Amino acid sequence: MGVKRRVTGLRLRVDPVLCDGYGHCHELAPELVTMDEWGYPIITDDPAAFSDPAALKSARLAVRGCPRQALHLERRSGD
Amino acid sequence: MMLADQLPRLLSGTPGTPRGVEEHDATFAVSARVPSLLEELDLSGLKGRGGAGFPTARKARLLRTHHGRHKVLVVNAMEGEPASHKDATLLSTNPHLVLDGAEILAAIIGARRVTVCVARNNTTVIAHVTRAIRERERHSRRGPTLGVETPPWRYVAGEESALMHWLNDHESLPQYRPQRPNVLEVAGHAALVENAETCANVGLIGRFGAAWFRGVGTEASPGSTLVSVTGAVERPTVVEIALGTPLRTVLALAGADPRPRALLLGGYGGSWIPGDDLEVTYDNESLARLGATVGAGVLAVLGHEGCGVVETERVVKWMANESARQCGPCAFGLPALGADLAQLSTGTREAKDALERLDERCGSIIGRGACHHPDGVVRLVRSALEVFADDITQHAHGEPCGPARSRRHFLSVPRLEHESELVWE
Repeated sequence: MGVKRRVTGLRLRVDPVLCDGYGHCHELAPELVTMDEWGYPIITDDPAAFSDPAALKSARLAVRGCPRQALHLERRSGD
Repeated sequence: MMLADQLPRLLSGTPGTPRGVEEHDATFAVSARVPSLLEELDLSGLKGRGGAGFPTARKARLLRTHHGRHKVLVVNAMEGEPASHKDATLLSTNPHLVLDGAEILAAIIGARRVTVCVARNNTTVIAHVTRAIRERERHSRRGPTLGVETPPWRYVAGEESALMHWLNDHESLPQYRPQRPNVLEVAGHAALVENAETCANVGLIGRFGAAWFRGVGTEASPGSTLVSVTGAVERPTVVEIALGTPLRTVLALAGADPRPRALLLGGYGGSWIPGDDLEVTYDNESLARLGATVGAGVLAVLGHEGCGVVETERVVKWMANESARQCGPCAFGLPALGADLAQLSTGTREAKDALERLDERCGSIIGRGACHHPDGVVRLVRSALEVFADDITQHAHGEPCGPARSRRHFLSVPRLEHESELVWE
């Protein structure tokens, strides 16, 4: 209560078993997710990518927009 | 009484004729009072023999502190590696040693049930284990309930999360586990998974103590280990060596080519190392300098009449076929690597592009599967690109070597099955 959680310590992760390569995440969060040649997401591992509030917003959109519900936001360990 | 520097330890006896309980107790007569098994395990410095080389005591401690009344100990003797025969040899020589170790570990973590997992096509081993378990029951030994489970034989079926999946739902597919370290579960109860050879070593430590166990091996990697030697050998064998034995000695023991072109270490998801420095010792610390690990104890020898590109291609194609096809990067990436290697090995016009693609694809596949199956293949391909660099340049210029043209090969790779034939449950 009343404790503000730092939002920079987040990262986007994909469950590779659930993911079927629909590609919605790349559309919704292009600054965080790129595609490999088979259409599966490669998520950036750069912590700085989340410093931008807009990036966090698009990450949330990507999590919600995934038709397989394969994406989730996770707190980085060690912070 | 067995001497501390005496080898073989684990394989003393005759492979194929498993020791009975009485003979087993007579051979491995208890000689040391072990006050605390977990402490003794800590002192022994035993590391897992299944591939990851994780300290056994630390893993047991994690499970010991975990609450639960029906914990399970799983003995992993799946041996998905086609080149590995160590667990099968061990279980058909000293099955009671493995069960001893399993009971000790079960006692440490407080498990009431021990499940030995053997691939179902390995019928002789299943028979040996079943007989050993029945024998123990007749001798009315106290301890946990023992049982055998027989999942299908697939490369990834022995991966611990796939094994758990099979024990829970009869499906040998690896699972995505974002939280690490995570405690595996069988039917909601915490489970400790240990390789059969690890268990046998625990059995020895329980009988003779940690000081005895450290009688062979190095400071960081104590004890002895089993190595399955295949490839350019008279016949594929399993030898028991002290960790820290020079590779030259290991090859001589197995009757292998004394001047190999290269060695594949760890397994089919392992690494190639050049065959020119055979004074390197067989333990993780010294192999790390060459970018290799002991892994699952596979040592495949490639002679000078073999081609590393062809062998790598065959292994990668097989590994691609063994993918559970759950994760895109593995299901599509591994066959792509296989196709690139095929271009390279035959030296087609596109070989140069294939070489560039290989490097790129390795970078994009690694670390993106639910299990480490794709990572192993990437490791194999990358090490091949490094060790066979000269050959590969030749291949890329459209001049494949002699063995590549004749397609002579040395590593044993099973027949490729169609996807519809692959059995997961």
